[in-house]
Amino acid sequence: MTTATETGRTPGGAAAERSARRRGGERRRPDWGKYFTWAVLCWLFAPIVFMVVFSFNDIKGRHNVTWEGFTLRWYSDAFAYPDLNVALLNTITIAVLTMLIAGFLGTLLGLALGRYRFFGQSATNLVMFSAISAPEVVLGASLLSMFLTMNIAVGYWTILIAHVMFSVSFVAITVRARVLTMDPSVEEAARDLGATPLATFRLVTLPLLVPAITSGGLIAFALSVDDYIITSFVSGSTQTFPLWIWGATRVGIPPQVNVMGTLIFGIGVLLAAGNMVLARRRSR
Amino acid sequence: MAATQAGKRGRTGRFAPYALVLPGWVWLALFFVAPIASVVSMSLMTGSLGAGYSFTFEVGNYTRALGLYWEQILRSLLYGGLATLLCIAIGYPVAYWIAFKGGAYKTTYLLLVLLPFFVSFVLRTISWGFILSDNGVILGALKGLGVLPADFGVLNSATAVVFGLAYNFLPFMVLPIYAVLERMDHRVVEAAHDLYAGRVQAFVRVVLPMSLPGVFAGVIMVFIPTSADYVTATVLGGTGNTMIGKVIQTQYLVNNAYPLAAAITFVLMAVLLIGIFSYAKALGTEQVMEVQAR
Repeated sequence: MTTATETGRTPGGAAAERSARRRGGERRRPDWGKYFTWAVLCWLFAPIVFMVVFSFNDIKGRHNVTWEGFTLRWYSDAFAYPDLNVALLNTITIAVLTMLIAGFLGTLLGLALGRYRFFGQSATNLVMFSAISAPEVVLGASLLSMFLTMNIAVGYWTILIAHVMFSVSFVAITVRARVLTMDPSVEEAARDLGATPLATFRLVTLPLLVPAITSGGLIAFALSVDDYIITSFVSGSTQTFPLWIWGATRVGIPPQVNVMGTLIFGIGVLLAAGNMVLARRRSR
Repeated sequence: MAATQAGKRGRTGRFAPYALVLPGWVWLALFFVAPIASVVSMSLMTGSLGAGYSFTFEVGNYTRALGLYWEQILRSLLYGGLATLLCIAIGYPVAYWIAFKGGAYKTTYLLLVLLPFFVSFVLRTISWGFILSDNGVILGALKGLGVLPADFGVLNSATAVVFGLAYNFLPFMVLPIYAVLERMDHRVVEAAHDLYAGRVQAFVRVVLPMSLPGVFAGVIMVFIPTSADYVTATVLGGTGNTMIGKVIQTQYLVNNAYPLAAAITFVLMAVLLIGIFSYAKALGTEQVMEVQAR
C-alpha cells in the first residue's frame, strides 16, 4: 500500500505536499477502523475463549455453565464416552473420504470448466451455483425424500454421499479459478520441448494446480467436519461429532466436548499457521 | 479467454471435457438434481407412514403448508434479512480496514477473522447459549454486582437470534468484500483525492461502487443460509422464535409427515431461489461465482 502511495505522488510537487500533509493528519487521528476490527475479533473469539477456558472447569454436576475451579481431569479423561469417540471417529473418516472423493471429482470438473468450451458448460455452472447457494435444510430434506422414496437405508454412507455432493462444487470453483489464471505458455513450452500430453499434465499442469487442489480439499474437509443440518437428515442412527453434541444439549454437555473442540481448534490453528509460513516462504 | 485456450488445446480431443466432467455430473445429477425432483414429487403425494404414499397431485399440501407456517416463513426471511444487514454493517468496515490499512499483516488479520470457524458451528452456537444464559459468566456476574436486575435475560429473544446468525455467517460477508477491495488499485483513491474529493466523497463515489460486487456476493452467501438456519434460533431463540428450518426438520424427522414437510421445503426453496436467481441474473452468475471462489 505504501508503495502505491509512493508511486502515486511522484508527479506533481503540490499533490505530493498535499497528500503528505493528509497522511500526517491521519497519523494523529485515532484509527477507528483498527479499534472496530479488534472489537469484532473479540466478539468472534468470545465463544472460543469460553470453550477453551471451560474445558478446564472442575464441575460437580451436569452443567458446564459457571466456573467451579481449575482441573485437568477432562483432558486425562477425554475419551470417557464411548459413543462420543465413535461419533468423532465417524466425523474424521467421513471428512477424509469427502476430501478425497470431492477433491478428485471437483478437480476434474474445475479442469474441464476452466480449460474447455463444451456443450452443457453453462448448465454445469448453473447446477454448481445452485448446489452452493441452496439452503442446507433444503438439500438435506431433498436427499432424505429421495432415500425414502427409493427405500435406501440412511446411515454412514448416505452421510458421505451428501457431504461429497455439497462440497464438490467448492473444489471445482477453486480449481477452475486457478486454471483460468494459469499461464498457457508454460504448457506450450513443455510441449515444444517434446513432452507428450500426459507428461505435460503430470509434470507441468498438475504441480501448478496442487495449491488449488489442496485448498479445495481442505475446504471440503472443513465443510464436512462442521456440517450439522444436512447430516441430521441423512444420518439415521449414525452419530457424528456435531450430532452428538446437539443430542447432548438436553442432558448437559460434558466437558469432554470442550476438550475435543479445543484440540480440534488447536490442530486447525497449527495447520493454518504452518500453511501461512509456507506461503510466506514460497512468495519470497 | 476460454475460447482462445480451447483453440490452442483442440488437439487434446473433443471428448476430453466430457470425460472430465462426467463423474462430477453423475454425482450432482444423482444426489442433487434427482433429490430436488423427488422433494417436488413427494410434496404432491398423499398417504401416511404406515399405509405408504401415492402420487395424487395433492396441491392441498401447499395450501396447508402456507396456512400453517406462513408466520415462520416470514420470520425466517426477516431474521435472515436483518442478519445480512448486520453482517454488512460489521463486515464491511472490517474488510475495508484489513484491505486498506492491514499492510503487511493483511493475511494474518484475515486468518484471525476465519480462525473461530475452525470450531464446529453447533459448538460455537451452544457456547453463546452458555455465555448469554441468565446465570452465565456475563449476566451472572453483572447480577452478582447488582448492575442488572435478577430477572434480566438476553436469551430467547429475536435480538439474540439475529446477532447469533450474523455471528455464524460473518466470514461469508467479509471474504468477498475483502477480495474485491484487496484487488482494487489504491491509486484510484489517490486520484480522487487529487481531484479534490474529500474522504467521504472518495469513499462514496469511488470505493463503494467498485466494491459492490463483493457486497452482492456476500448478501447471497449470508442471506440464504441465515434464513434457512434453525440451529441458532433453536439455541438462542427459545420457543417463541421458531424459524422455518426447524419446522421442516421436525416434520421430517419427528412427525414423519413427509408430503407436508416436502411442500414446506419446496416453498422455502422457491422463495429463496427465485429471489436469488433474479438477483444473480441481474448481476451475472459468473461474476457472483467468481467472487465466491476467492
